[in-house]
Amino acid sequence: MATVAPDLALRPSANMLGRAWRWMRVNLLGSPLNIVLTVAMLAVFWFTLAPLVRWAVIDATIAGDSKAGCTGAGACWTFIKVRFPMFFYGRYPVDERWRVDLAALLLAVFAVPAMLDKLRHRWIAVLALVAVYPVIAGILLRGGIIGLRSVETALWGGLMLNAVLTFLAVAGSLPFGILLALGRRSKFPVVRIFSICFIELWRGVPLLTALFMGMVMLPLFLPNGVTVDNLVRAAVALTLFTSAYMAEVVRGGLQAIPLGQFDGAKALGLGFWQMQALIVLPQALRIVVPNIVNTVIDLFKDTTLVVIVSLFDMLGVVNQSLKDSAWLGMAKEGYAFAALVFFVCCWSMSLYSRRLERRLGVEQPGRH
Amino acid sequence: MIARLWSSERLRGWCLQGLLIAAVATVVGYFAVNTVGNLERRSIPFGLGFLSRPAGFDFPFHVLDWKVTDTYGRAVVVALANTVLVSVLAIATTTVLGLVLGIMRLSLNWLVRTTATLIVEFIKNTPQLIQIFFFYIAVLQALPQARESFQAAGMFLNIRGLFLPAPVMGDAAGLDALALLVAVALGSVLWRGRARVTGTARRALAAVAWLLPLGALVHAWATGMIAAWEWPELRGFNFRGGWVVRPELLALWIGLSVYTGVFIAEIVRSAINAIDRGQTEAARSLGLTRGQNMRLVILPQALRLIIPPLTSQYLNVIKSSSLGAAIAYPEVFLMIGGTTLNQTGQAIEAMAIVMSVFLSVNLVTSAGMNWYNRAVALKER
Repeated sequence: MATVAPDLALRPSANMLGRAWRWMRVNLLGSPLNIVLTVAMLAVFWFTLAPLVRWAVIDATIAGDSKAGCTGAGACWTFIKVRFPMFFYGRYPVDERWRVDLAALLLAVFAVPAMLDKLRHRWIAVLALVAVYPVIAGILLRGGIIGLRSVETALWGGLMLNAVLTFLAVAGSLPFGILLALGRRSKFPVVRIFSICFIELWRGVPLLTALFMGMVMLPLFLPNGVTVDNLVRAAVALTLFTSAYMAEVVRGGLQAIPLGQFDGAKALGLGFWQMQALIVLPQALRIVVPNIVNTVIDLFKDTTLVVIVSLFDMLGVVNQSLKDSAWLGMAKEGYAFAALVFFVCCWSMSLYSRRLERRLGVEQPGRH
Repeated sequence: MIARLWSSERLRGWCLQGLLIAAVATVVGYFAVNTVGNLERRSIPFGLGFLSRPAGFDFPFHVLDWKVTDTYGRAVVVALANTVLVSVLAIATTTVLGLVLGIMRLSLNWLVRTTATLIVEFIKNTPQLIQIFFFYIAVLQALPQARESFQAAGMFLNIRGLFLPAPVMGDAAGLDALALLVAVALGSVLWRGRARVTGTARRALAAVAWLLPLGALVHAWATGMIAAWEWPELRGFNFRGGWVVRPELLALWIGLSVYTGVFIAEIVRSAINAIDRGQTEAARSLGLTRGQNMRLVILPQALRLIIPPLTSQYLNVIKSSSLGAAIAYPEVFLMIGGTTLNQTGQAIEAMAIVMSVFLSVNLVTSAGMNWYNRAVALKER
């Protein structure tokens, strides 16, 4: 909301220096208060940013492969360098890690067409992403058939585990969330009440309760002797929890559809499911894609909570690495690196979501 | 015949609903049968009877009184008090932080604006749990031992926490506090009432509204409401006396405030941006300064847009306080869903207690915020 003084904005630019000076006058030195703020901010930078840069770059060490090389004055990025594969693959066998890489590459191959909104039959790409890709990736990662060595899920870890959990929970919670959203708007009281109770229950409690229910209660609920994989338990818990939030996002989209669309569909003789699948949902989901992406970002960040129920996701690997007696005192480096990795992932997703939001803003109904 | 029945929409509706009930009942029943069997095998009696048994564990930190011999029922209350403590502290600081960051993002100064944007983007896009671990392990656990504490104005910060001077209440403290409360209440009533009158009466009312609480404050000081200060002192390896804010509480408090603060900043920013520019233009042409415009014209209107999403952020703070379980802050989730569950094996009861505690705290909070929302909502006449 920067207001530009008109006389400054309208005057044609003389040269680079003149333009820069004008920009500074408007944005940094516009008024006495503005000058004070600029000076104050520079002082703050001097006392915070300068030591940070010294720690992270100037005094930092990355050479060598043990703590001995680190001076202690700055960050010891050697720790990150040595542990790098652990942060991403966890305890996944070293010889089999190409499978994880391949799965990640395939994810990109499948996801890119699903993200292009200019594509003619985009739904095929989306369907392939949520139906075909999980099967391929599952076989690749878990192995045990077609000559691939079996890798127990207990060995899965690091950022890969965060990604797997996020993918499973999204694939599960999206359809379930859509059903819940439709259920919440249903004209049948029983359906409506069930949906509302489910949604509000999960939205009212912390994610941790859902994870604990998956870990502690699920074995109680199942017959004696039946055990469920820890990763599946966490994925189920995350799916149930996220469905409630997805449902509310989708409901927002459903509410934005004009009533005329429903009337039109009925007038064409479409039944309930035909109407939803062919007329309402394609429009409603299109509107809420940015919000769905935001829910996915929240979910991805929240997958770090599985560390509390003893799964070794990226945060878990960091926590464990910090206890290594050869690498004591590396907490700052470890958490900073983990935060940075998550930041890169989440920030790029949020850029995509914002781009969609802007595009949707341009293509609002009634503007063409 | 069947086709006709099928096409009857009402009948189809009832069938559908009946089927849904049957399906849910089957699943719940299946779980219940298995659970009963599993509990019998582990010989755990179902019910809330365990709440009256002595707990036997200790709270590393508690606001309410706690003895190891107290019951599990008492433990729920003590843990709830800890949850409420960190939630209230975090809600207070996160609101201020959010407001400051939100206004910073709208500053005319490029440095201020950009710094705020970078902070918001970075915090928003990293997991809250990593932030809490960072504050707890990388910052607070890396502080020096008690002997080498950081100190300022009688306060000490070291690996065992933040040590603050504690006030020692005088004999008449209760009465003084009551007088203060009444004076503040009366003062705010008068302050609101001053809008109804004009001229000298208005100025008089405003003056009295300020003088009342001030007088009460002077009275409290004169009668010795705070008789003395108890300063923390280094005895052996640790500090004694005064108040101590433990590192777990401090880390959780900072973690909750910072993470939620950036979301509140976004709410504040978009609410202020949503106010029509014409309002500012009108206010400026009436001769109001930028500050007055913000305080008297924009913020009161933005407040109405802020409150509903702010409420859900407050609820997020309360829910996220359960992350304290990861750094051993003894709140409801850790003490009931963790320790109590492990000791008694009463999984279902313990989880039910945890869930109902969170649901009811959230319910109370949103009821309070809804009441406030109605109070500031636009009253159409």
